[in-house]
Amino acid sequence: MAEPDTAPIDLDGWVCPAPLRDSPTIVMGHGGGGALSAELVEHLFLPGFGPAAADVQLGDSAIVDVGGTRLAFSTDSYVVRPMFFPGGSIGDLAVHGTVNDLAMAGATPLVLSTAFILEEGTDLADIGRVAEAMGAAASAAGVRLVTGDTKVVDSGHGDKVFVNTAGIGLVPDGVDLRPDAAQVGDAVIVSGDIGVHGVAVMSSREGLEFETSIESDTAPLHGLVAAMLETGARLRVLRDPTRGGVAASLNEIAKASGVGVELTERELPIPQPVRDACGLLGLDPLYVANEGKLVAFVAAEDAELVLEAMRRHEYGKGASLVGTCVEAHPGMVVARTGLGGTRVVDLPLGEQLPRIC
Amino acid sequence: MKYLDEFSNPELASKLVDQIHAATSGEWAMMEVCGGQTHSIIRHGIDQLLPDSIELIHGPGCPVCVTPLEMIDKALAIAEQPGVIFCSFGDMLRVPGSGKDLFRIKSAGADVRVVYSPLDALNLARDNPDKQVVFFGIGFETTAPANAMTVYQAQRLGVPNFSLLVSHVLVPPAIAAIMESPTCRVQAFLAAGHVCSVMGTSEYPPLAAKYEVPIVVTGFEPLDILEGIRRTVLQLESGRYELENAYPRAVRDEGNPAAMAMLRDVFEITDRAWRGIGMIPGSGWKLSSRYAEFDAEERFSVTDIHTAESSVCRSGEVLQGLIKPHECEAFGNECTPRNPLGATMVSSEGACAAYYTYRRLDLPTPTVREPAGTRG
Repeated sequence: MAEPDTAPIDLDGWVCPAPLRDSPTIVMGHGGGGALSAELVEHLFLPGFGPAAADVQLGDSAIVDVGGTRLAFSTDSYVVRPMFFPGGSIGDLAVHGTVNDLAMAGATPLVLSTAFILEEGTDLADIGRVAEAMGAAASAAGVRLVTGDTKVVDSGHGDKVFVNTAGIGLVPDGVDLRPDAAQVGDAVIVSGDIGVHGVAVMSSREGLEFETSIESDTAPLHGLVAAMLETGARLRVLRDPTRGGVAASLNEIAKASGVGVELTERELPIPQPVRDACGLLGLDPLYVANEGKLVAFVAAEDAELVLEAMRRHEYGKGASLVGTCVEAHPGMVVARTGLGGTRVVDLPLGEQLPRIC
Repeated sequence: MKYLDEFSNPELASKLVDQIHAATSGEWAMMEVCGGQTHSIIRHGIDQLLPDSIELIHGPGCPVCVTPLEMIDKALAIAEQPGVIFCSFGDMLRVPGSGKDLFRIKSAGADVRVVYSPLDALNLARDNPDKQVVFFGIGFETTAPANAMTVYQAQRLGVPNFSLLVSHVLVPPAIAAIMESPTCRVQAFLAAGHVCSVMGTSEYPPLAAKYEVPIVVTGFEPLDILEGIRRTVLQLESGRYELENAYPRAVRDEGNPAAMAMLRDVFEITDRAWRGIGMIPGSGWKLSSRYAEFDAEERFSVTDIHTAESSVCRSGEVLQGLIKPHECEAFGNECTPRNPLGATMVSSEGACAAYYTYRRLDLPTPTVREPAGTRG
């Protein structure tokens, strides 16, 4: 934010074209990580917070200077349903999600807090499995769970378990990654197969069960980021493309940096089962959530160096160069299709809607 | 997936494109009937690869787009009633009725659920015997067999708390209506492959003969569409007007006899209003008298709801191929996927949404104006 916005909340004054502005209630799309989510922050939360949120950074993490030491600070809540899915659980996500938000600022994660909101009647054994998953994920990621809280709500007022985590990480000297730092000419890299987590969760969601060999890609990415930073390459922006998928991350970066992004569709690493499931359900893999992938904007001359380092790392083996930053169409992401045409890859509005036929 | 990836092969596509260029000497306007084809054409940029003298007109084959406002208002009226679980395909949730959509009704507490199959709705009804479960049965001949099967099962299994809100429409009467229009510019049709996989091809030769238009049954992957266009061009260039099947891997001439028998049992032909086009005689299905007890319109007494369409939205002209989406004054201004005036801007298969989502870059899109103040 350039200036603190202290205007009162004026629901009617939402910039055009404001969807549902005559709706006085939250709709699911407000949590979809797309345009509706962004508007909720910009037009309701920030004005509501007033001067207290002045100069807030709208990245995955805030960077706080404490006596000359730069700390990254981030929080995230997890409401995934079902709580166990192929390849992981809400516990894995709660650790990896916050670790990754810190990692996207280049930070080394140090400590996490966690808070549980439990629904009356939920099986204790399930909560136990979630706790064990969190412990194992935190140990594997080298972070400590240092404080926490538990609340219980009446039956019917929650969905078994909601988890919040917040984390603090240390930003190494000289590292400065921010969403508005992409430049014309930069290479756009993704760290591996996209759409995997979203398809894995969908495959086990009630009413939608389908068989797939896909397991969630949930993973901590700070080690991969450290390996990328070690190369000395000019990294400009990192983002973990969770809700809203790669499309949402690229659009946010293009907009924040004022550059255009040109993708080459056939370079996108989309595994066959994801392609198939998306084809069947009428979804676009670019908009499907990931939990163990990152997108990186890197100075073009350093792209090979970064790609090599990534491919040597466990979580970057499938790293691919998928596009470049261009001067044309600033703020917009455009894909060159497999057949040689072009299409705009827009910011998703809210949730993807399955097509009819 | 087998039979999908092979039909997106860029090398083969470029061969077909070359053949289309070589075969084309005249100026031809052809209509792809199905919204799924429109989506595929725009998403892959197929129209950008064709000779300038070939124009693709986007037809009325998006089920969400042609479902009349009145029917959506009926859906909203039913979904708002206490004790109702209203089930729908996802696309329909954001289509505006008169001032509201199903999403908003849901956020206000109504039990609105997205299902992938009408049979899921039937299961919901069996699991919730104290609730009324309604499925929004929209679409063409493609979605109709599953809906018919669901009603058949509801009767057979005795599930009295299930009902279907029916708004089914049929392709051949729409083709006739388009050709009868005095402003018609369509010289050929790419018929909707999936509709023909259910109904077969026998309805189309009489249309081709009567209106002297080539009709080529066409699939949905890039190579399918290019092959359909190639065959259409060959017919147009040689002055022929026949039915051809360019999608034989899915479409048999006789269609799917089991599905057709089910449709004959459960549905009967009725007049239907099409959003943006108006009433087309004999262009839809309603439940036959044998299954009238499952008609949600009767059960919830919403037959008296009548609603006029928006006067600003020109989706009717888009659906008839009279204008391209961006030629509408509201396109990109008052009307965007986020604030749609008409259903063609809502559905991912709608021509307006496809243009807005994928093609904004190439279009002389009007600059976005400041807030218009009111919602349409």
